[in-house]
Amino acid sequence: MAMTEQEILAGLGEIIDEVAGVPAEDVTPEKTFVDDLDIDSLSMVEIAVAAQDKFGVEIPDDQLKDLKTVQDVINYVHRAEVSA
Amino acid sequence: MRLTEGHAGARVLAFGGYQPARVVTNDELSQTVETSDEWIQSRVGIASRRIAGPDETVGDMAVQAGGKALAASGLSPADVDLVIVATCTPEVQIPNVAAGVAKRLGIVAPGAYDLNAACAGFCYALANAADAVRTGTARNALVIGAEKLSQWIDWTDRSTCIIFADGAGAAIVGPADEDAPGIGPVFWGSDGDLADKIYIENRNSFIIQEGQAVFRWATSALAPIALKACEKAGVDPSELAAFIPHQANLRIVEAIARKLGAPQAIVANDIVTAGNTSSASIPLALSRMLERGEIPSGSHALLIGFGAGMCYAAQVITVP
Repeated sequence: MAMTEQEILAGLGEIIDEVAGVPAEDVTPEKTFVDDLDIDSLSMVEIAVAAQDKFGVEIPDDQLKDLKTVQDVINYVHRAEVSA
Repeated sequence: MRLTEGHAGARVLAFGGYQPARVVTNDELSQTVETSDEWIQSRVGIASRRIAGPDETVGDMAVQAGGKALAASGLSPADVDLVIVATCTPEVQIPNVAAGVAKRLGIVAPGAYDLNAACAGFCYALANAADAVRTGTARNALVIGAEKLSQWIDWTDRSTCIIFADGAGAAIVGPADEDAPGIGPVFWGSDGDLADKIYIENRNSFIIQEGQAVFRWATSALAPIALKACEKAGVDPSELAAFIPHQANLRIVEAIARKLGAPQAIVANDIVTAGNTSSASIPLALSRMLERGEIPSGSHALLIGFGAGMCYAAQVITVP
């Protein structure tokens, strides 16, 4: 069964805490990775790798650069899960 | 037909390392390419690196590191009958580096060959040497990783010139008793699908690296490979005193270490002052950590080399 947006957000919070040391509670949908969360492109790759392990959704490098906010990632994972 | 008589195991008797004299800082690089100390430190974790002199060769550096390892082992050159040099940056293809290094160290008529598995080269060579000693093909072996990457770098390419550097590291491998085999089974392999991610096109070109793709592979594929080497050796990651991955990028080192789950292990961060020296990075890091007394003798250390190919190899060793 597909995860809810809330569940994806919670999972993403755990990943970002682990990868970049940003507290999970600071990871909210409207935040941008670069400006609000201070996450660079290499950390984004690590987040994508961890997201694949956690959600079973692959985010290729060429898609990754278009994901600017936490909500963008939630939408990407949600869409991929629904269409899977 | 008669076969050789072997030994129960093989172990590392001693390590040795060599870095060229010239220190190149991030500030120096930022005068010629668009970059900064802050950017380099945050992206790759390097503060400074060493670059060989214009006339200093891969063989020169290999002799320095190999000589130190030999002296520290207590063996004489006559005890060594196999010399393997892992390198992907020899000045010429013929003759190989290994035979010349052996001659300069006074090692007479050893088996001598170069091995190219790029940044994984040292772990491949260590596995070859351990097997040779264990089967009785060699009595004692000198294994060296030596690189002069500076001669294959486009110094106007800021994606590579901030990373790669020069240096050498070496180990002497000798026989071990059955109760203390010091070099565990290697877990090695390759993934030719990614061969186009790090390459040098021809003899007149420079290293090209697709950094993000390599980073993704390294942060996803390598932790399971490291764990396989522990499993093969029957050593739980929690028992490791040290983890020495190839010093590719501090962010890769930290990402693998995080996934490994080895809370007691000191993690090599030699890249901070050595840069990425390809096949030299693991023995160079180890020799410097041993000099500083950071790893107790007799404890277990996990090594993992990985790089262009992509090639990888990992093994657990007992620290001399």
